[in-house]
Amino acid sequence: MNAPVLIKQRALPTLVMAVCTLYFLTPIWWLFVGASKNSDQFTSTNPLWFADFELFANIGDLFAYRDGVFLRWMLNSILYTGGAALLGTVLAAMCGYALAKYRFRGRELLFNVVLSGVLVPATALALPLFLMFSKVDATNTFWAVFLPSLVNPFGVYLARIYATAGVPDELLEAARIDGSGEIRTFFKVATRLMFPALVTIFLFHFVAVWNNFLLPLIMLSDERLFPVTLGLYTWNTQVNQIPELRGLVIIGALLSITPLVIAFLLLQRFWRNGLGAGAVK
Amino acid sequence: MTQILTAAPAKPAPPSGAKPGRAVRHGRAVPFFVVPFGILFVLFYLLPIGYAIVQSLYTVERTGTFGPAREVFGGFTQYERVFSDGAFWTSIGRVLAFGVVQVPVMLGLALLLALLLDSGLVKGRRFFRLAFFVPYAVPGVIAAIMWGFLYSPNLSPLKPVTSAIDFLSADLVLWAMANVVTWVYVGYNMLIIYSALLAVPAEVYEAARLDGAGAWRIAWSIKIPLVMPAIVLTTVFSIIGTLQLLAEPQVFRSFSSAVSSTYTPNLTVYSTSSIPNFNLAAAFSVVLALTTFVLSFVFLRITQRRGDA
Repeated sequence: MNAPVLIKQRALPTLVMAVCTLYFLTPIWWLFVGASKNSDQFTSTNPLWFADFELFANIGDLFAYRDGVFLRWMLNSILYTGGAALLGTVLAAMCGYALAKYRFRGRELLFNVVLSGVLVPATALALPLFLMFSKVDATNTFWAVFLPSLVNPFGVYLARIYATAGVPDELLEAARIDGSGEIRTFFKVATRLMFPALVTIFLFHFVAVWNNFLLPLIMLSDERLFPVTLGLYTWNTQVNQIPELRGLVIIGALLSITPLVIAFLLLQRFWRNGLGAGAVK
Repeated sequence: MTQILTAAPAKPAPPSGAKPGRAVRHGRAVPFFVVPFGILFVLFYLLPIGYAIVQSLYTVERTGTFGPAREVFGGFTQYERVFSDGAFWTSIGRVLAFGVVQVPVMLGLALLLALLLDSGLVKGRRFFRLAFFVPYAVPGVIAAIMWGFLYSPNLSPLKPVTSAIDFLSADLVLWAMANVVTWVYVGYNMLIIYSALLAVPAEVYEAARLDGAGAWRIAWSIKIPLVMPAIVLTTVFSIIGTLQLLAEPQVFRSFSSAVSSTYTPNLTVYSTSSIPNFNLAAAFSVVLALTTFVLSFVFLRITQRRGDA
């Protein structure tokens, strides 16, 4: 293939990619630029370019507002999402591993029930969960949001696939012959082989909990328990009465998405390999 | 649903009596692996579903207007109300219209981008892949808030556009939300399809090239059929997501008066439960979950039949 033909062939795809990049990144760029301005310049200067760079002053304002409630929300989010995803991934991996590697009564039944759980919309669970937690007087607590977030049927499904494909029976057999118990074998041998898969399950779980809006919205009334998404949402509904909140919502939105963007960048070599397996096999 | 979801076919159980010692040891380990997840699954998945069904069969009666409330078994009373609730079915129709347009657009774009990434025609693949995936890090609520500002005539970087077209008007607000959902999820779907493409062995393409197939022909006749399972999976998740629309319309209520408290089925559930009429809200939830389930299932059956033919 000669060079001009190659350039011609590449022009259209590259153009498509460039236009899409603009579409996907412009809003984030706008958010970053907007968060760096004071409220006068926010409306009076070019929305896509910097004026006086006051990002850090704005962050200071955000952290100081109402005794630092925003920091509290960020901490809550880390506990809800990070904690639930970490623990939930371990639980899902254990269950999926057992489904892949052991024969036991009710195995297929268990798998099918868990699988249909994948199709149940999470929002359909939120209301009955609220009713159940109110029966035991546990709504408006950390646990009311945390405990239901631990369950990840899709993670079990993925873990079973990965364990079937990625953990050879011969290796487990060898570990058994060496005298390693089943539980020790799982944590010392199987989890290492499944590690990229576990990162993928963790990432899926993390994003699912991170995005779950209805559960905290229904469960929580004390704003000190809010995750950051719910907190920013409530501020946004008050922008008309308290205009200064608009700037805080913008800076808060930027800060709230930053950790996850960084996590994506750091973890990408894992999820890149792992993501597809669930869809292909 | 078995085609894509049951990946590992059930192997026949080993003949009983073979290596009994081993079987016992495994048997003891199984509860350790299964029970922790199992308990939580029962408590926070099966029990709520059952509880919602039970709740939906009850109805609150009062003696007089301000008399003490008590729950009595009402049979299908709540369901009669759900089925005669015009606003609820309008909202179902609305999210279905939303899905019929948004899902193909989103998945079409995701497929196109995945194919382009895989074609080798574009340089800087790593960068593009990340750039398209970054919006997935933005939770629906935050994405809706951001785009709400972007649509506002006086804040938007596209002032000429937003002052000419009111994206938050009753006619357009649904499609403004469709754009938010598309923006967040294209990259995620693209990655799933792209990973499926990466798993195709290179020899398959070489054979096609030797037969004289061009890039488009290979994409259409080989790549797309091979990644069909991934496309089916993303479609099912998108259908579920569409019917669950909540965060975006809930946020857009602050930006646009066109979004009512019954705009989507989930908003109806939420606003009914905060009246509060939990029994009716439970009935709405059950009907919505069943609708989602049936639609996903029907879609899987249709695509499977085509695959079998």
